[in-house]
Amino acid sequence: MATNHESSNPTAPDSPREPLQSEGEVLAEARRRSRRSFIGLGLAGLAGLGGWNWLISQPKDSGIAQPLRKVLDANGRLSGAYFKETRLAPEFARSRARTPRVNGKIGMKQELDPEAWRLRVQDFGTGATQEFTLADIKALPKVVMTTELKCIEGWSTVVNWSGARLSDFLARHPLASRPGTTVELAAYVGMSTPDDAYYVGLDMPSALHPQTLLCYEMNGQPLTAAHGAPLRLVTPLKYGTKHLKRIGTIAFADTRPKDYWAEQGYDWDSGH
Amino acid sequence: MKQIIEKHPLAIRWFHWVNFPVLSLMIWSGIWIYWANDVYRLGWGDTTLFKFFPKSFYQAFHVNHKLAQGMAWHFVLMWVFFLNGLLYVLYTLFSGEWRYLLPNRHSFREAVQVVLHDLGLRKGALPARKYNGAQQIAYTSVVLMGAGSLLSGLAIYKPVQFSWLVALHGGYEAARVIHFVLTIGYVLFFIVHVAQVVRAGWNNFRSMVAGFEMREVNPVSGKAATESASLPAADAAISTK
Repeated sequence: MATNHESSNPTAPDSPREPLQSEGEVLAEARRRSRRSFIGLGLAGLAGLGGWNWLISQPKDSGIAQPLRKVLDANGRLSGAYFKETRLAPEFARSRARTPRVNGKIGMKQELDPEAWRLRVQDFGTGATQEFTLADIKALPKVVMTTELKCIEGWSTVVNWSGARLSDFLARHPLASRPGTTVELAAYVGMSTPDDAYYVGLDMPSALHPQTLLCYEMNGQPLTAAHGAPLRLVTPLKYGTKHLKRIGTIAFADTRPKDYWAEQGYDWDSGH
Repeated sequence: MKQIIEKHPLAIRWFHWVNFPVLSLMIWSGIWIYWANDVYRLGWGDTTLFKFFPKSFYQAFHVNHKLAQGMAWHFVLMWVFFLNGLLYVLYTLFSGEWRYLLPNRHSFREAVQVVLHDLGLRKGALPARKYNGAQQIAYTSVVLMGAGSLLSGLAIYKPVQFSWLVALHGGYEAARVIHFVLTIGYVLFFIVHVAQVVRAGWNNFRSMVAGFEMREVNPVSGKAATESASLPAADAAISTK
């Protein structure tokens, strides 16, 4: 390999002597090579521009050109294959917790009567809907964690969350199981606000992760309305966009559930 | 008499010209992403010398409200940037080109001389070989910066799966700062690089497209005339092997 390289080394004193060409021949050869190379670069540039034009003229798939969406989905599959439930989001000292910015009100425009609120969960096996009160969720083991909430916009805030693991909820109430089995689960979880205006989808491995909570307390206090009372989703495995506030309905599916921000051009997976 | 002297292998030229538009688009889509939370500035306390970026910049280039598109482009082109960079590094390793590119113990002293020369503070000819000490340092640094962008980018992209990498960067926020600073570094590199290419002239620029340079060659000895001048010590490692 090195030998091959050195033959083109202009400073190597022992490079093989070739008979020198006449000046005229040399200039003609240089012109020929220059022309060929610059035309080649120009054509490559044009091909690049053509590819670019083709790309941005492709039909849109949920807000972005289809080929881009395909790559995002492939990225999502790749990170899904790499994902491990044992990898945890780092936890921080409780004293570092702050109140995060309220960034979204979609799905929370109407007043909510906390007494009348019920969590509605659709059984994947039967399609029947079961209702749960906040007391039902609080009856599950309480998990407290201080993790970093990362907004897709780029900011992050350390927040202390308390709630029940979604995995504990599904262990107690096996509603995600495939018809006729108890161990085989649906591939996806979908959640939406009571008015269906905001909705998110999660892959089942992320939903079952020990840091994915049905959360009812933030920084030691019951959730305020603006932060998603009475029950919200918290998962440091996803951007804040997936932390659905004021959960109304949970359902299970084998195809990706609709996702509010994925419809606006964002990555469906948005996984960390 | 003038002769054609080979300079840049075809592969290097391809990696270079693929990288240029791809890195530009990575930076541009990065700006679209950054706009959504544009918190960085140069300054201290309440004093801001420069805000990244001024409103006029956003307005002039319609940067606003393109976060989703920015992320989509960024997470598609990252593969091209990564693969092109990886192939470049592998090529330099296996072809032996790395010998010209890696700085050695003489490069740093030579780089100082090059800088002084380019600022007009030092007379005398510069070493006439493929890459002088300043170039070796610059071209090796920019490859390391590329690796840094990939690693800090991965830390931001998958901070839980790669939480060890986030910790290495000093946390998620620090990884974002590093990712941003490296990008500013590319822009500064680009400015100096283009200025130097313009200074060096057509013969040098053409070599990155067509691969060769025209040199005066002594018809008796067959050696390029510019090389007969005394070569700095940095050359010794290359020319005596």
